[in-house]
Amino acid sequence: MLSHRLPSRTQGLDWPAYLQQRAAETGDPALQRFFASGCIDPDTPIGEAPLVAVDLETTGLDAQRHAIVSVGLVPFNLKRISLAQRRYWVVRPNRSLSDTSVTLHRITHSEVAGAPDFSAILPELLESLAGRLVVVHFRHIERPFLNEAVKARLGEGMRFPMIDTMSLEARLHRLSLWARLQRWMRRPPVSIRLADSRRRYGLPDYQGHHALVDALATAELFQAQVARHYGVETPVGKLWT
Amino acid sequence: MDAELLEIRQHMGRFPPFETLSDQLLDEVAGQVEVGYFQAGSGILQYDQELHELCYIRSGAVEVRRRTGDLYNRLGEGDIFGHFSLLRNNRVHFPARALEDTLIYFLPEAVFLRLCEADEHFADFVELERPRLETAVAHNKKANDMMITRVRKLLTRYPVMVEASATVQETARQISAAQASAALILDEPNDDPRYTFTDTEDRPWQLRGILTDSDFRTRIVAEGLSPDTPVGELAGEKLITIQSDESVHEAMLCMLRNNIHHLPVLYRRRPMGIVHLSDIIRYETHSSLYLVSNIFHQSSVEGLARLAPDVRIACVRMVEEGANSQMVGTALSTIGRSFVRRLLELAEASLGPPPVAYCFMVNGSIARNEQTIVTDQDNALILADDFDPAQHDDYFASLATFVCDGLAACGYTYCKGDVMANNPRWRQPLQVWKRYFSEWIDSPTPERLLHSSIFFDLDSAYGEEAYIEELQDLIADKAPRSPRFLAAVARNALNRTPPLGFFRTFVMEKDGKQNNTINLKRRGTAPLVDLIRVHALACGSRAQNSFERLDDIATTQLLAPGVDAKLRHAMELLSMVRIRHQVIDLDHDREPDNNIEPENVADSERHHLKDAFQVLSRAQKFLKYRYPVPAHSGRAS
Repeated sequence: MLSHRLPSRTQGLDWPAYLQQRAAETGDPALQRFFASGCIDPDTPIGEAPLVAVDLETTGLDAQRHAIVSVGLVPFNLKRISLAQRRYWVVRPNRSLSDTSVTLHRITHSEVAGAPDFSAILPELLESLAGRLVVVHFRHIERPFLNEAVKARLGEGMRFPMIDTMSLEARLHRLSLWARLQRWMRRPPVSIRLADSRRRYGLPDYQGHHALVDALATAELFQAQVARHYGVETPVGKLWT
Repeated sequence: MDAELLEIRQHMGRFPPFETLSDQLLDEVAGQVEVGYFQAGSGILQYDQELHELCYIRSGAVEVRRRTGDLYNRLGEGDIFGHFSLLRNNRVHFPARALEDTLIYFLPEAVFLRLCEADEHFADFVELERPRLETAVAHNKKANDMMITRVRKLLTRYPVMVEASATVQETARQISAAQASAALILDEPNDDPRYTFTDTEDRPWQLRGILTDSDFRTRIVAEGLSPDTPVGELAGEKLITIQSDESVHEAMLCMLRNNIHHLPVLYRRRPMGIVHLSDIIRYETHSSLYLVSNIFHQSSVEGLARLAPDVRIACVRMVEEGANSQMVGTALSTIGRSFVRRLLELAEASLGPPPVAYCFMVNGSIARNEQTIVTDQDNALILADDFDPAQHDDYFASLATFVCDGLAACGYTYCKGDVMANNPRWRQPLQVWKRYFSEWIDSPTPERLLHSSIFFDLDSAYGEEAYIEELQDLIADKAPRSPRFLAAVARNALNRTPPLGFFRTFVMEKDGKQNNTINLKRRGTAPLVDLIRVHALACGSRAQNSFERLDDIATTQLLAPGVDAKLRHAMELLSMVRIRHQVIDLDHDREPDNNIEPENVADSERHHLKDAFQVLSRAQKFLKYRYPVPAHSGRAS
C-alpha cells in the first residue's frame, strides 16, 4: 500500500513564522509585500488553497554557476487551471547561454539578448506568487535559482514553501516499502520525471522544456496526484516542503 | 501566435468544430482555456447544475447519461459536451462522468458565444447534429457536378426537325447536312397535348417521334423500305423525352432505363435539342452507360460473367468522381436489372416464348435502387393467373434456374434466405402473391414478417409491370389500415440497432463491449431502411427508394417536423461511408464487405457517423411509441 506518511524532516521548518519574520526584516518593498501577504495556514485543506505552478528554464543545473532564462507560471486550484492568467517571461541571464541550453529550451540567443534582466520582472513575478502556494516539479531547481537570482540583485535571498510534485511521486514510488523491496530486488526504479509521472495518471504528452508548458504540465500532474492519492481535505502542511 | 499555447491550439485545431477556425480565433480560444483533471469514475457535470463552460476532452473518455441513468453517449479525445446546456438554459440535462482518467479543457461561455457569432461552421456544429450532418452531405454534393448541371447545358444546337410527310431520303439528307445523328418528326397537332407546341412563327406542331442513325440501318435499309417512305410512318414508337431543367444525371438514368442513345430535350413542350449518349459521356466519364449497353450485347452467360469486374470499376469511378449514394445506388441497380433482363432474353431465346405472361420481380436493395457492390440476389416470379403448374411450371422452373445461376455467375451471390425465383414458393401466379401479401398484412406476427419484409421492397425487372403495380396497390391500400401489421414490422425494425459510441479505434456497444470493426449495413443502413419502410407502409406510399419514401412521409404527420430531413441526411451519410469503404477495399485488392474499422475513419467522418447513429437510435425509440401493438388484438389471434 502507498504510504501517505511524510518523512519528518520535510516538516521541520515553520513556514508561517519564517515568512512573518522575513516580512519584518526585509529592506526591499517588493519583497516586503510578498512576505507580508503571508503564508496560508498549514491546516488549510489543499482543496481550498489558491495555487500557482511555476517552472524555470535555466542555463544549467547549478544555481551558483548557471542562470535563469525563462519563467512560466499559471495560477490554479484543484478544480481549474486558469490559462487566461498565465505569465511567461524570457530574461537575460547574467551568465552566458550555452548552445546546449539553446537547443533544449528552444530560446534563441537573439531572443535572450533583447530580454530584460531578471530584476525587471521580479516585482510582477512576486505579485503573481503572493498569497498563493507554489507548486513545482523538482524544487531543487526553482528554490535555489530564485533564491540566488534575488540575492544577486537585492542582497537578500528568497525562500518560501513549495509543493514538489516530483517528491510526491518519490514518496509513492521510491520511499514506500514496496519500492524499497523492488530496489532490493535490483529492479530499475520508477521514473519520476515530469513526462513519465504524467503518463501514470493518463495525462497526455506535452513537448517539454518550455517554462509555461511545463508549469501547466506540473499543475495538471498535481491535480491528478491529489485526486488519486490524497484527497481535497489533506492539509497543505502535509504536502509542502 | 503564442508559442506557449501551441500544445493546446494544435490539439484543438485537429478536431471539429475547432478545425475550421481561423488561427486568430484558435489562439483566442487556447488562451482562455481552463484545465481540469478528473479521475476515472468521478463526476464532471451533475444533473441540473449550472453550467457556463463548454467542455472539451483533451484526453481520456467520458460518458454522458440521461437523467434516468440510460447511457446517452460515450465521448473520447477531441469531443465536446455541455454545448446543449449553454445554448438552452445553462442547466445540465445530461450528467457526465469520467470513464478513464480524463483531462478536460473548459471554454468560458463568453468565448463559446463569441465563436458561435464569429464562425458559422462552429455555430452549426454546436447547435444540433442536424446541421453538422447536413453540411457533410452538402459538401459531398458540391463536389458532384452531374447532379447540379442541367441537361440543357449539353445542348449545342437546335434539333433537325422534319415534317411527317418528308421522305426518308430527304430526312437523311437533312441530318447529314447538319452533321447530326438524328431528326425529330413533327406532325399536325392532334391527339396528344403533351407534345403539342407552337414554333417561332406561331404555327402549332406536335412532336411525333425521333429517327436516328441506327433507325436508318435497322428499320429502313435492313427492312428494304423505299427511300420515298414518309418518315411519319416510322414514328410510331413510344416517345421518350426529358425536360431541359432536369439534371444531366437524370438524363443519363433515363437513357439507362430505356436503353436509348438519343434523348429529345424539351423546354415545356418545345423541342430544344437532342442529347446523345456521347454528350453525357463527355460530362460523365464513368462507364456505367457503356456497361449497360455492353450487357445487352452479350450472347451468353459466360460473356455476361466476364463483365462482373466492370461493375466494380464503374462503382469505383462514380465514387471517385463524387457521386452521392443515390447516384451510385441507382446506377448499380440499373446495371443489376440489365443483367436480369439480358439473362431472361437469353433464357427465352433458348427455352422458347413463355407459355403464359409473367413478371420477373426484384426485391430488396435493387428494388429500392440502393444496390451496392456487395449484394446478393433477391427475386421472384409472378405468373399470370392462367398459369397451370402441371403444364407450365417446368418452363418457369428452367427459366428461373437459368437466371438465378446466371446472376450468381455474374457476381450476384445466391440469396441465403432462398428468396429467389427458383424457389417454387416464390414462383406463383398473381392471385397467390396477393394472398401472400394479404396474409402477411392481415395476420402478422413479427416472426413471420421477419423473412418476408424483403418482399415489401418490390419492383419489376422484366415482363408484366402491371402485376407489380397491383401488388403495390394492395399493400398501399391495406397496410395503413392494419395497426397490428404496422406494430409487427415496427418491432422487427428494432432488431438491429446502431452502436452507442464510435471511438478512434473501437465501437462501443450498449453493454459496454468494445469491437474494433462494425458492420455498417447491419448496424446502420439496414435498420434505417427498415425504419423508413415502416413509416412508408403506414402512409400508403408506393415509393420503393428510401429517399422517395421519405418524400412521401414528409407530406404526412407521421414524423415531427424536421425529422425526415435528419433521417435523409443520416441515410445519405451512412450509405456513402459504406460505399466509400467498399471502394477502399477494392483499391487495396481486398474483397469488399460491409465492415468498417473505426481506425480507418477520418476524424470528421467519425463525428458525422456518430451523429447519424444517434439520429437512427432516436428514430428507433420513436418507432416503438408510434406503432404500438393494438390493445384489443392479442398476438395469438
